[in-house]
Parts: sequence; C-alpha cells; structure tokens
Amino acid sequence: MSPATRVEARPLPAALPAPAPLSWAWVGVVPFFVFALMFLIVPTSFLAVGSFQDPEGRFTLRNLADLFTPSILSSYAISLKVSAASAIGGAVLGFLLAWAAILGGLPRAIRPALLTFSGVASNFAGVPLAFAFLATLGRTGLVTALLVNVFGVNIYRAGFNLLSFWGLALTYMYFQIPLMVLIMAPALDGLRREWREAAANLGASAWEYWRRVALPILWPTLLGTSLLLFANAFGAVATAYALTGSSLNIVTILLYAQIRGDVLHNQNLGYALALGMIVITGLSNAAYIWLRGRSERWLR
Amino acid sequence: MRRASLRAWLVLLLGALYFVVPLVGTFEFSLRYRRGVYSFEAYRIVLADPRFQATFGYSTALALATIVVGVVLVVPTAYWIQLRLPRLRPVVEFITLLPLVIPAIVLVFGYLRIYNSSSWLPLTASEATTDLLLMFSYVALSLPYMYRAVDTGLRAIDVRTLTEAAQSLGAGWRTILLRVIFPGVRVAVLSGAFLTFAIVIGEFTMASLLDRPAFGPYLQLIGANRAYEPAALAVIAFAVTWACMAVIQLMARRAPGQVAGGR
Repeated sequence: MSPATRVEARPLPAALPAPAPLSWAWVGVVPFFVFALMFLIVPTSFLAVGSFQDPEGRFTLRNLADLFTPSILSSYAISLKVSAASAIGGAVLGFLLAWAAILGGLPRAIRPALLTFSGVASNFAGVPLAFAFLATLGRTGLVTALLVNVFGVNIYRAGFNLLSFWGLALTYMYFQIPLMVLIMAPALDGLRREWREAAANLGASAWEYWRRVALPILWPTLLGTSLLLFANAFGAVATAYALTGSSLNIVTILLYAQIRGDVLHNQNLGYALALGMIVITGLSNAAYIWLRGRSERWLR
Repeated sequence: MRRASLRAWLVLLLGALYFVVPLVGTFEFSLRYRRGVYSFEAYRIVLADPRFQATFGYSTALALATIVVGVVLVVPTAYWIQLRLPRLRPVVEFITLLPLVIPAIVLVFGYLRIYNSSSWLPLTASEATTDLLLMFSYVALSLPYMYRAVDTGLRAIDVRTLTEAAQSLGAGWRTILLRVIFPGVRVAVLSGAFLTFAIVIGEFTMASLLDRPAFGPYLQLIGANRAYEPAALAVIAFAVTWACMAVIQLMARRAPGQVAGGR
C-alpha cells in the first residue's frame, strides 16, 4: 500500500451526513460477513473443534496423536516432499525466467509475452494438466516415444515414472513456475538501476552486485513466494488424482478418500487430518505475508 | 551485456521447451485417434458426446451464477470499506485471503459436515440446494481474485469525490452503486469475472465431493476410461483458459484510466 492511498482512507469529510453517535455504517458489510461466517469460518472451525473430540463429543487429544501413525505420517511426508520439490524447482526456474525476460537484455516483446503466458499457465491446473503430461511423458507420450525412436533411450526403463514423486513434482511445476514469474517480475522491476551503477562504480563485479546487493534485497520475496508455492501445491487435489489415481498416497488424496468413504474408520480422525493441512498451509502463508511486509521496505 | 544476453536466451529457451512441449505433445496425442493418420476424430467424438455438452453447459451456468453473486457480494463491500469503514479493511482483506490458506478440499469437507441432510440447514438434501452450495463454494474460491481486482479498480477511481458529487446531485445509494461505482470499475470487475470463469469451469474437487455433474468430474471420468479423448479435452480446456486470460489482457489495454486487477 502506498502512502497516498493511506491518506485517502481518512474518516469522511463533512459533505456526507455526519455519522450519528450510533453509526449504522456497519450494516453495509453484513452480507459479506454472513457469507464469510457461513462458507469460510464456521465450516473450518467445525473441523478444528471436531479434531479435539471423540465420536461422543468429549474432549480428547487422541485424534491428533493418531495422526502420528505410520500410514498417515507417510502421506504427510510425501505431500510435504512433493510440495517442497515443486516449490523449490518452481521458484528457481521461475526466478531465472523472470530475470531473463526483465534484466537479461532480451528483445522487449519477450516480457509481455512471458507475463501473458504465465497468467494462462498459472491457471492451467487440475485434470487437464494431468492429461497434458500423460500425453507427453506417459508411457506412450510424445516425448517418451521420441526419446526411444531418436536417441534409443527408454526413460521408463531408466526408472522414470510419471505416476511417481518426481513425475508429480515435474507436473506441478507447470503452474508453479508461472506463478513465481508473475510475482518476481514486479520485484525485479523494483531493483533500481542506480544501485547497480553505484555498485559498479565502487568496483563490484556483476556477481558481487548480485550477492551483496540484489539478492539481499530480493530474498524475502524469493523465500516468501517459495512458501506461497509450497502451500499452493500442498492443497492441490485434482492434478494428482487425475494423474496417479490413488496410487500415490499424498495427504489430499487420503483426505479425498476419507470424505468419500471414511477409510480411516474414524470421522474425527478425518477432521484432525484436515486440521493438520490447515496448520501447514496456514503457517507457510503467514510466513509469506510476514516476508512480503519485509520486502516492501526496499521494493516499492 | 552480451554474455548476459546469451545466458538469458538459454534460460528462455529451456523455459519455452518445458512449457511448449507438453502442449505440442498433448495436441499431437489428441490427433492420433485413427491408426496411422492424424485426424480430429477425438475432438468430433468429444464434442458430440451428450455428457460433454451437459457438463460443460452445467459448469458454464454455474460459473456465470458464481460471477454474478461474487460481484454483488464484493463490489458493495469493497466500496463501503473504502468509503465508510476503512478501519475494517485489514479484517476484510484477511478474510478474502482465507480461501488461499484453507485448501478447497478442507472447505468442502466442512460444508459436507455442517450442511448435510440431518443438519440445521440441509443444503445437500436436494439437487437444487446442492447446486446453490456449490455456487457459494465457488464464490469462496474466487473471492481472493475477485476482491483484489475490484479493490484495485476502486482505488484507481476517486470513490469519495464521485460519491459526494452523485449525492449533491440527489442520487440515492442504489443509483450511486449502479450508475457511478459499477461503471467505474467495469474493467476490474470483468477481469475478476474471467479469472473466476477460468477457475470454475474445470474445477474438480468440490464438484466431485458434492456429487454434481460438472465439467471437472466429467474430465476425470473420461481420463480414467479413454485414451485419446482426454488429450482433446485438455486442448479444449487450455483454449478456454487462454481465451479468458486474453480477454483480461485486451480489456486492460483498451480501457485507459481503468485498472484490470486479478493476479
């Protein structure tokens, strides 16, 4: 938020009827808060409360303790690993792409083209994305066949499998990289030319400029956005479900199965499973917001 | 600068490969329906499938309803927050970000628990009310994008002066909202609307768990049972997403003075 918009947000000047001692202005936002309560806050709170209850409604910590059984722990672990791998991969490649388009000295037309494409690709997720990767890197996909016919390399015999940890991470990166590009582009724009020139005047090489000036300024954005990507991947269901069915036991797929048919044989354990997910995505989002606040000190 | 440019080209080339190859691969795969020759047979079969038409129509109608309800909910709220209740802004902004924090599957799990047929508000008891529930869940999903787009649009016009001018000409609140504020943020609203459409049209998790015949679950079903049709559907879905984003870009360029927000 820039200082100018803060100033605008002062209390009303006298042209409007002066607020009565008991102002009715809050009535205007009642529909929004009713909606938020009914469709965001109460449903989530219901699950949160339910994870601390046994089937008879008495308080218990049993459900949370039961999350630490091997099968549930392993599903959390796979989810965390896939999300982390796709977030780190997406962050690194997205950063490099944004750098190339904005600071790499490429023709001007590249930048709007990349940003437009990123807007599309970051929204191209879910079931169709899984189809696209199956058609490309599946057992009979274009690239798989091409590698066999041209180079004589069968990636599936070499141990690759699209329906696996790495396959899923590679697929997720299709919407992770563009999201990183969209957030990094304005941050890279915020690096002032004067800083680079000042560093050069003081005898810094390009590498020293990046290591001592640019990256220290950018790191809250870099780290924060990586956390955003992490949460983004952690909550994803459709891509994984369409790609691997239920063969890869990530936590969203387990929760999907639990909602459909109580596979854990304990409704309240299901609530605890959901609560665990909220805690993980909540923490990474909170860290993202905190880091974004820090980065705004330099990049305006 | 020359060496940096070479490295930049290399990065761009690799990126382009990663993004273009799956699209080419999907398109090529979708043409392979007939052995030995490329044909659009898979597209013909998909487009002629009555279930495709029914589910696509259903999801389109749902997306339009989501957009209308979302706009009616968000525009007056964002306007009122800027004009009269700026102190509530952080609270409202926090709430609009919640759908990014709480995974969709968790939200729908909560809905199924508190709106099931034996609850105080049995929304899942009939098909019509389940449609209503699904629509509201999509309003929730698109809230972060819609709110951000509209809020950015409102900041670009001078809400306070416009309101005062309209009031001194004798306009009531309804006239102000419909004839001053809405037209002023038209582009922002439309860009939020197209983003909403792109999100809703292929959404799988919520539609599937609420058991409604939407396009997302249909895609999943075809993917599990057919070979070439899924690739054709993926190409169609990509084209729809692309069209939505292209419209947002065009509007942003065509309307100077208005802001197309969104992501």
